[in-house]
Amino acid sequence: MTRWTPDPTFYPTPRDAAGAPAEQLAYVAAFDRSARQPDAIAVVDTEPSSETYGRVVGWTDLPHTGDELHHFGWNACSSALCPTAPHPHVERRYLIVPGLRSSRIYVIDTKDDPRAPKIVKEISPEEFGASGYSRPHTIHCGPDGIYVSALGNGTDGGGPGGIAVLDHTSFDVRGKWEADRGDQFLAYDFWWHLTRDVLVTSEWGTPDMIEDGINPELLLGRKYGHRLHFWDLAKRTLVQTVDLGDQYQMTLELRPAHDPSREYGFVGVVVSVEDLSASIWMWHRSDSSGGYEVTKVIDIPAEPAATEDLPPALQPFGAVPPLVTDIDLSVDDQFLYVSCWGTGELKQYDVSDPFHPVEIGSVHLGGIVRRTPHPSFPDERLAGGPQMVEVSRDGKRVYVTNSLYGSWDDQFYPDGVGAWLAKIDVSAGGFAVDPRFFPHGDEFRGRRVHQTRLQGGDASSDSYCFPSA
Amino acid sequence: MTWGQLAALAGLGAFHGLNPAMGWLFAVARGMQERSRRVLLTSLPPIALGHLASVAIVAAVVSATSSVVAANIVGIAGGAVLVAFGLWRLLSERHFRWAGMRLSNTQLTGWSFLMSSAHGAGLMLLPVLAATPVATGHSGHVAPAGLDGTPLAALEGVAAAGIHTIAMFAAMAVCAVLVYEFVGVNILRRAWFNMDKLWAAVMVGAGALTIALTA
Repeated sequence: MTRWTPDPTFYPTPRDAAGAPAEQLAYVAAFDRSARQPDAIAVVDTEPSSETYGRVVGWTDLPHTGDELHHFGWNACSSALCPTAPHPHVERRYLIVPGLRSSRIYVIDTKDDPRAPKIVKEISPEEFGASGYSRPHTIHCGPDGIYVSALGNGTDGGGPGGIAVLDHTSFDVRGKWEADRGDQFLAYDFWWHLTRDVLVTSEWGTPDMIEDGINPELLLGRKYGHRLHFWDLAKRTLVQTVDLGDQYQMTLELRPAHDPSREYGFVGVVVSVEDLSASIWMWHRSDSSGGYEVTKVIDIPAEPAATEDLPPALQPFGAVPPLVTDIDLSVDDQFLYVSCWGTGELKQYDVSDPFHPVEIGSVHLGGIVRRTPHPSFPDERLAGGPQMVEVSRDGKRVYVTNSLYGSWDDQFYPDGVGAWLAKIDVSAGGFAVDPRFFPHGDEFRGRRVHQTRLQGGDASSDSYCFPSA
Repeated sequence: MTWGQLAALAGLGAFHGLNPAMGWLFAVARGMQERSRRVLLTSLPPIALGHLASVAIVAAVVSATSSVVAANIVGIAGGAVLVAFGLWRLLSERHFRWAGMRLSNTQLTGWSFLMSSAHGAGLMLLPVLAATPVATGHSGHVAPAGLDGTPLAALEGVAAAGIHTIAMFAAMAVCAVLVYEFVGVNILRRAWFNMDKLWAAVMVGAGALTIALTA
C-alpha cells in the first residue's frame, strides 16, 4: 500500500538531502568467487553508539549460486517527487539486486526487519533476457520506471549492451529502453540530468571481453570502451557521442552533479595504455556548440615498482597502475572521491570548481605493492584496495569495499583479495580512517564484497528535480 | 446552471488545482530550474488549458447525452463508470508514466491533458453535470436553460468545464507562487498528502451519489 505522506527519505533538493539523518545500517553485496556458496546481502551496523557498531549484524543468503552480486539500488528514491510523474507515496523499501554473471535479478524487502532483508521476487535470466539484454549492472530509480544497465545482449555474450526498464510496481521487465542507439555498442554505467532530459552512458566491454579476466590483447589493442554517449531521455535516442581517445581504456562510473540546475559530471577512466595512468574527466554543456564537451581534469600517474612485487599480469610494465575503478560525488557536489584500486589509495578532491579539482585528502589501504594495513589491525597486510566508494548523504562518512570483479581480482591480487569494508571520516580539514569500523575477513563468511548501499539513500542512489537554491 | 452547481464546479476546480500532480509543482520546478518567476507564471496557462480540454470533453459528452437520453440512464451509467474508475484508482498502485521535463508550451498542454485524463478529472464532475437536465426550469437558474434538449447542450458542458478550470487555475497559481516565493519545496516532504487516495475516494463517493440521486 502507498503512504499518506511522502516517504521521509525522499528529498526535493540535494541540499535538503544533505541534511538527512545519518544512516543506521549499510547493505553490502557479498559474492562467492568459487560459486559454491550462495551470494548474499550483508547488513552492517553503522550507528556509532551501538554495541555492534562496525559489525555484520544481518545476512541474507540468496537461493542460487554463481550470481556474482555487484551493483544494486533502491526501488524508489527522491526522483519520485519529480513533478511530471510524481509518486511520492511509494516506499523506499526494496533493493533491486542483479547478479552480474547470472543475469538474475532479486527484489529484496528491507522494511519489516531491516537487519534481515527478505527476498520477495526473482527475475529469471530468461525473463530479463526478454529485454534483449544480459549481465545487468547499474540500477537507478527513474521517473517512469526502474532503469537497469546491462553489459551484453540477450543471446551470445556479445553486444550491444544497453538499458532495460523494470516496472516500478510489479518489477516486471518492461523491455529495452533505447529507441535508436546509433552506433553505441559497449555499455557499462548510466545516469542522467533529469530536468534536462539527458541520459549519459559509459563503456566497459561486452561479457565475452571481461568475464574470463581482463584480456591484455584487447587492452593493448585499445578495444575496451573509451567513449561517452549522451541520449535524449524522453525520446530514448542517441544524440551525441564523445570519444576520449582510444588510449583511455574503460570509461566507467558516471557522477553527474546532483543539483539539477548544473549540467556537468565526472567520469573515471581506468587506465591509459600509453603510461598506465588513470584519469578523471568532466563533461559539461558547451555554450558555443550546445552539445557536450568532455575535458580531462585529473591525471593520476602509475607508480614504479620492482618486478618481483608485481603480479604476472603487470610484470612486463614495472609499474603499478592506479586503476581508478570507482568515483563518487558528494550530494552537495563539493567533493569527489576517487578509488585507486591498484595503488591502494582513496583520494579526496575539492571540486567546487569542477574544471579545476584540487586534491585535499588521501588515505592508503591495501594496494598491489603497498598492502597498507588498517590502523586497528597493523599486522594484517591488506589485499585489494579501496574500490566501491559510497558517501553518506551528509558527506561526513565514506565507505569503501575492496573487490573489483571476481576474475579481475584474481589477476591483480593472485594471492587472494580477501574481503573488507572500511570507513573514512570526513571533517573540516580531516580525512581519516575510522579505527572502530572494519568488518573484514571471516565476518564476510568467505565472500568478497562489492557495492555498499546506505539505509535511506546515499550519494549515488538518488536524483533530484529541484535545485538547491 | 444553478448557483449550487456553479459552487460545486468551482470547488472541484480548486480541489484539482491544489493537487501537486496536476501541474502547479511542475510550474514551480520550471521556475526554479530557470531561476525565473516569469517561467513559473507562463507555465500555468498551458497547464490550465490542458486540464480544460480534458474536462471539457467529458462535460460536453455528458451534457449532450443528457439532452437526448433519459437523464437517469446517463446518471446511472455515468455513476457506475465513476465508481469503477475510482475503485481502480484506489486499488491500483500504478502511477502516471512520463519521462521528459523540457517541454514546449504545446507539450506542456499535452502533458496536462494526459495527466488530468489519466486521473479522471472530468469524470469527477459527473454528479454536477448529470444533475443539469433535472434542474431545467428551476427558478435558481443563472442562465436560460434554452439549450436543454438539443445537442447544443454540449456547450453548457463546455461552459461548466470553463468555470471549473478558472477555479483550478486560481488554486494552482496560489499554490505555485506561495511555494516558489515563500514556503520552498521542502514543504512537500510534510504536506504532500496522498491526494490520489483521497481523489479516488471522492470519485467513488461522487459516483455513488450520482446513482443515488438519479435512480
